[in-house]
Amino acid sequence: MAYMTTSRRKFIKISALGLCGAVASTSALNLVGGNSYLNELVAQNVIKKLKKSATYCEVCFWKCAAWAHSDDQGNIQKIIGNETDPHCYGRLCPRGTGGVGMYSDEDRLKTPLIRTIIDGEETFREASWDEALNLIASKFKYIKDTYGSESFALLKHGSPGKHLEHLFKAYGSDTIAEPAYAQCRGPRETGFALTYGSWVGSPEPTDIRDTKCLVLIGSHIGENMHNTQVQEMSDAIDNGATIITVDPRFSTAASKSQHWLAIKPATDIALMLAWMNVLIEEELYDEDYVKKYTTGFNELKDHVLNFTPEWAYGITTIKPEEIRKTAREMANASPSVIIHPGRHVTWYGDDTQRARAMAILNALLGSWGRRGGFYFKEKISVPKFPHPKYPHPKWDWKNIGEKFPLAQMGITTEVIKCAVPSEENSKKYPVKAMMVAGTNITKSIPNKKLLEEAIDNLDFMVVLDTMPMDVTGYADVVLPECTYLERYDGIRSATNREPSIAVRVPAVKPKYDSKPGWWVAKEIGDRIGLGEYFKYDDYKEVIEWQLDKMGTSLEEMEKIGVKHFPRKSGPLFLKEGQNYEFPTESGKIELYSKELKSLGFDPMPNYTKHPEPPQGFYRLNYGRAPMHTFSRTANNPNLNDLMDVNKLWVNPKVARLIGLKTGQSVWLRNQDKITSTFSIKVRVTERIRWDSVYMVHGFGHDNKKLTRAFGKGINDTQMVSKTMIDPIMGGTGMRGNFVEILTEDPHKTAEI
Amino acid sequence: MVIDTLKCVGCSDCVVACQTENNVPIGYCRDWITETVNGAYPNVELELKSERCNHCENAPCVRCCPTGASHIIDGGIVLVTGDECIGCGACIESCPYDARYQHPEGYVDKCTFCHHRLEKGQLPACVSVCPTKCMYFGDLDNPNSEVSRLLKNRKWKTLAPEAGTKPHVYYLI
Repeated sequence: MAYMTTSRRKFIKISALGLCGAVASTSALNLVGGNSYLNELVAQNVIKKLKKSATYCEVCFWKCAAWAHSDDQGNIQKIIGNETDPHCYGRLCPRGTGGVGMYSDEDRLKTPLIRTIIDGEETFREASWDEALNLIASKFKYIKDTYGSESFALLKHGSPGKHLEHLFKAYGSDTIAEPAYAQCRGPRETGFALTYGSWVGSPEPTDIRDTKCLVLIGSHIGENMHNTQVQEMSDAIDNGATIITVDPRFSTAASKSQHWLAIKPATDIALMLAWMNVLIEEELYDEDYVKKYTTGFNELKDHVLNFTPEWAYGITTIKPEEIRKTAREMANASPSVIIHPGRHVTWYGDDTQRARAMAILNALLGSWGRRGGFYFKEKISVPKFPHPKYPHPKWDWKNIGEKFPLAQMGITTEVIKCAVPSEENSKKYPVKAMMVAGTNITKSIPNKKLLEEAIDNLDFMVVLDTMPMDVTGYADVVLPECTYLERYDGIRSATNREPSIAVRVPAVKPKYDSKPGWWVAKEIGDRIGLGEYFKYDDYKEVIEWQLDKMGTSLEEMEKIGVKHFPRKSGPLFLKEGQNYEFPTESGKIELYSKELKSLGFDPMPNYTKHPEPPQGFYRLNYGRAPMHTFSRTANNPNLNDLMDVNKLWVNPKVARLIGLKTGQSVWLRNQDKITSTFSIKVRVTERIRWDSVYMVHGFGHDNKKLTRAFGKGINDTQMVSKTMIDPIMGGTGMRGNFVEILTEDPHKTAEI
Repeated sequence: MVIDTLKCVGCSDCVVACQTENNVPIGYCRDWITETVNGAYPNVELELKSERCNHCENAPCVRCCPTGASHIIDGGIVLVTGDECIGCGACIESCPYDARYQHPEGYVDKCTFCHHRLEKGQLPACVSVCPTKCMYFGDLDNPNSEVSRLLKNRKWKTLAPEAGTKPHVYYLI
């Protein structure tokens, strides 16, 4: 394709050429009719007309089942949780309730776009689906013929990713990865798998509602709005449970806690070793449980002998009596106690070991498989719609991540490196083209320089999204996906207390010229001779076939939204003295890991000292706000209305030192001299330590087409140029970046 | 209405649920979240709460309304009849809770406790959506109602009691 440019150095802010687009007709039928006091008859008449469609939410990935309420003009009026759904019990979180805005956002991608050059300027032009898909299909063929299918990589998240994964595997590429592993949950899945033989998974099998003691280590439930976790934490508060929060920031959860341990950042493992020391030295651990179900206790006992609370005090700044007191509280509650595994846990590069420490503490307290601790989760498997066998790729994500022996999913950063010529793996496993679906990798993957270099060296890049996210600016072809409210998707079946399934059916027709992910996968498949893998005209047929096999029907599911199935794997919790074989190699909970030892890693966790911020620098911490999901909701009109920008949390001592006031605009520069593109407003608050600053993740969008989110706040990921790689599973530790606070506009100075 | 500040996480779900239920235009709201921080690191306290019209027994907004658009109905809910409202803004000024706003269509708007839902036996949208279940709604005149029992058994406060408005939104502390 001669007109395609291979350089993406010039980032295109989706704009220009014919993108005038129809303005969204959010004409919003006024339920109130100009009257804030709603007449009963009017209300009933109007509300009766709303059609209820079964869906499950995709504003985040907790996947709450819900009813989308649409009017006869095809507008989504509101979205209400499905009362029988164990992911939400009828109560959506603000993002789910505000999912309306994902549909109504007038900044949505509206037509396929193809990169072109006009008057020497790189820009996008509108294209028909046929043209865009034909171009993509020709690239699939070209990559396969020239380098092999393996060289076409897929980076994905969520439902569209599932459909495209099927396409890629059929095509012969398993060069697939998602940031949800190596930039998020990976270390805890690997750490718990090493200990208990199974992943934590999502939703987490934590029996929070019946716990007597919930321990949160850097996990900020309440700001992190994973629905049932929040609901159950509230139940636990009602039941008088003790909450212990370990966080250098006074999080919302910390404010609900009896004990807030204001730990020095990056020292959590030292605290946990001291807790183990107290539990063992004071003989507070669950002796029967440890004897019956674990292996390696004697090694652990010797290992933690010297890790006294006094030792940990010097490291963590948590007073020894506070460490003892909290350890005793946990033991009092045992086995109804949860050391929560957390969710986003790629912090310092020793994250699998930190997850192991959490897993071991839970074992000492006998909480795995116990009421008020962790339940044995179960899900129902959805029958696979028949298709020919996938071809066997010559290499795949496993080969790319071979340096990391216990990586259990593709490592995005390693896949990306395969496109950078100076990287060793790019010779063995060359990545030459990339599809990105449902993930804004410029805000989820650290080290932007490397990412841009990789993208620059690709022959071809295509992005599928609902919004003109930053990543679309690097693409050769941009495909507008319709939102979850406008499409069929795969059946939701997740691990929970009881197995259940939920369906997603379109509540309204796709707006603009947007299309569902399944349709895009099928259309590409059909064009490259893989029609056998897509033997349906509408994804509805797949769901109908699957539901029939599961003893239900689409007709029934459209009425109930969620269907429950009985457990088949046995009770939720261990019975007194029950024999139980854990799915580990030894059949026991492995306090001492022979597997880690054999691979040359510490068989039991150790505390490693991590670098501290030099004078004038502060550790950059980041987290979630309850009304936003990553960077994907910043432009959502409803959610943007709740929070339109992030702020820089600064301790008053720091504010006095630098002379900062709340509301003042500042810029950041990190240890690698990377300066933030945009400014951020200061929030002086006692809720943060003096050695760190904090901001909510997902702001500072670069793309002007995101009219509400553009230029608002700082993108924390931009400041994360240094990563500490977890040698066990390849996670990218991102909490070791230090920033200085600039009160003058650095970009202005540069111009003068 | 009774709101448990010990459970509220300030997520704003009540705000967006109200907006979509009552068609409140974006940029306006009938309820909102406040955050109060006291103390110095590491001895800090945080209170999060969802605020709205207090549906006062002694409502200054009703007293000062020149047209009678603002009124109290049976059960104690304060409402505004949009057709009768001339948008003079006196009620907005008089409210110690800053609970009223001028709707772009000219009339004054505020929380109705989702009166239209109550009539169908449903809870207000904010109460029914809250993921922490920190909001309770019911009959304060009935001593056996959940709200009455909560107020009997727990410590609580109202906002701006010094204004003498006799508010009907209670905060458990």
